[in-house]
Amino acid sequence: MFGFSRAQLIGFVVLVLAVVVGPFVLYPIFLMQVMCFALFAMGANLLMGSIGLLSLGQAAYFGLGGYVCGYLVQTTGVTPEVGILAGGLAGTALGVVFGWLVIRRQTIYFAMITLALAEIVYFVSVQDTNFTGGENGIQGIPRSALFGQFSLNNDLAMYVLVAIIFLAGFLFVHRIVHSPFGQVVRAIRENEPRAISLGYKVEHYKWIIFIIAAGLAGVAGATKAMVMGIETLTDVGAAASGLVVLMVLLGGIGTIFGPVIGALVVVAMQYYLSQFGAWVTVIQGVIFMLCVLVFRRGVVGELAYRLKTPL
Amino acid sequence: MILGKPAPLLFGQLLLGIINGSFYAMLSMGLAIIFGLLRIINFAHGAMFMIGAFVTWGLLNYADIGFWWALILSPLIVGVAGYVLERVMISRIYNLDILYGLLLTFGMAQVMGGVMTNYFGSSGVSYDTPDLLSGVLDLGFMYMPVYRGFVVFAAVIICFGTWFAIEKTRLGALLRAATENPSLVQSFGVNVPRLIALTFAGGVGLAALAGVLAAPLYSVNPGMGDDLINTVFAVVVIGGMGSIGGAILTGFGLGIIEGFTDVFYPPGSAVVVFVVMAVVLLARPSGLFGKA
Repeated sequence: MFGFSRAQLIGFVVLVLAVVVGPFVLYPIFLMQVMCFALFAMGANLLMGSIGLLSLGQAAYFGLGGYVCGYLVQTTGVTPEVGILAGGLAGTALGVVFGWLVIRRQTIYFAMITLALAEIVYFVSVQDTNFTGGENGIQGIPRSALFGQFSLNNDLAMYVLVAIIFLAGFLFVHRIVHSPFGQVVRAIRENEPRAISLGYKVEHYKWIIFIIAAGLAGVAGATKAMVMGIETLTDVGAAASGLVVLMVLLGGIGTIFGPVIGALVVVAMQYYLSQFGAWVTVIQGVIFMLCVLVFRRGVVGELAYRLKTPL
Repeated sequence: MILGKPAPLLFGQLLLGIINGSFYAMLSMGLAIIFGLLRIINFAHGAMFMIGAFVTWGLLNYADIGFWWALILSPLIVGVAGYVLERVMISRIYNLDILYGLLLTFGMAQVMGGVMTNYFGSSGVSYDTPDLLSGVLDLGFMYMPVYRGFVVFAAVIICFGTWFAIEKTRLGALLRAATENPSLVQSFGVNVPRLIALTFAGGVGLAALAGVLAAPLYSVNPGMGDDLINTVFAVVVIGGMGSIGGAILTGFGLGIIEGFTDVFYPPGSAVVVFVVMAVVLLARPSGLFGKA
């Protein structure tokens, strides 16, 4: 089903069950945040895992998605689905432009240029107070009613929407990776000169992956803005870009469940360790270092290695 | 009046631009040296700069050691720490994908920033200008605080000294040879792993030296490196990765461009460096001074 292997199918069933049971066990807002970040991380994982490009500026698309959605919903009163769609489209559009600028660059150049481009978006966000609200951000974004029919003010109703977006995003990413398109992308990752010699326009493939990652980040940012009711500079800053890389690294680069586990752990850390203040940053830094030095497969990657099956 | 702007404002911004450029140049030079030999983008460079400033403050407040000694001691202390970090951690990842170095040093930067925030708070501490360098100089067309002039002077000396050491001395030749072909240099009996560790120590020592110079100028706080380092990365990309002279020229040049942008279009000053970077990359993908 959907090109899942047996182990992956079991994993997916467990994931769906967890999503269904989750809000009755844990705080729904927390879980919604996890799902938004997981969606964000799945996009980043597409870049890192399937074409081996590390972007340090993914927050630009995440933040822009949130701002566009928040701004539209608050000032023009469009319904949530329109806001989220617009956020996704904004992220995608920015991905088209920035992707065109960076896609020919490799490894560290790619990382640093994406970082610098995201800095531009950040500084514009700080200054353009009409649109982003500057330091204050966009406050009090109303959740209103989905399709003008279903009120989302109830957390559980919002939860259902977020869960649908999250699971749809998950299947979408999985489908891409296992499509003929995804096969070519993998070939490029494995041996780029060979893919070129076989006549594939590798830059187009990379560009499309970049755009998809940006679009997912936009949708994730927009959804998060709807959930939290606010959108601030935190979501567009360099720290958010670092956070999503940490999620992918911790979960396991190139695995399909990795970003979900990574997002769960990292968001949980921020949530439950928040009383320790800046120590959370220290812990995150230590995890970063440990992941690089001794735990490069990540949680899911390690599990997959032990079970000798892709997860 | 020059170009419709009052001359003192223009000169003031020019000076500010040159001072910022001094820090860009010193920091990007260290990054370029480290990248040249280690093939690692040191994301902890801004944190090392910050630690350098805090060590300067600590030397004064805990050991009563003043600014002039800190100029020597702080880079030495940070350099030794860098040597240890390279030996214990960074040296383990040379055979991996180049991106892991970036991620590892990113983690280091987070740890250093977090620890300092816990002990000193995000607003940080202040460090007084040394007596000898306090006061203001009347240049005729503008007033210049003596310390600012000293920073520019020191930065020029440091940049020239480093450039000279790498391009014109025997040690520098060794370093450049090891950059080209480490195994060949090793076969000549040079201890390349130690050379690499020393290079890293030297690079972060330079960052710490910049930190000492920054201590009396800015508030000594855990975020002082973060504010600077993203711009410095852009400088390195514009100048061309691994070119020392390019890093110096680009650093000063962009500082000045930033200063002037602040006069003519204030909201643009924060992004102008990144816009320049995007333009340069479109025209010359390997940077202004990089080898194609």
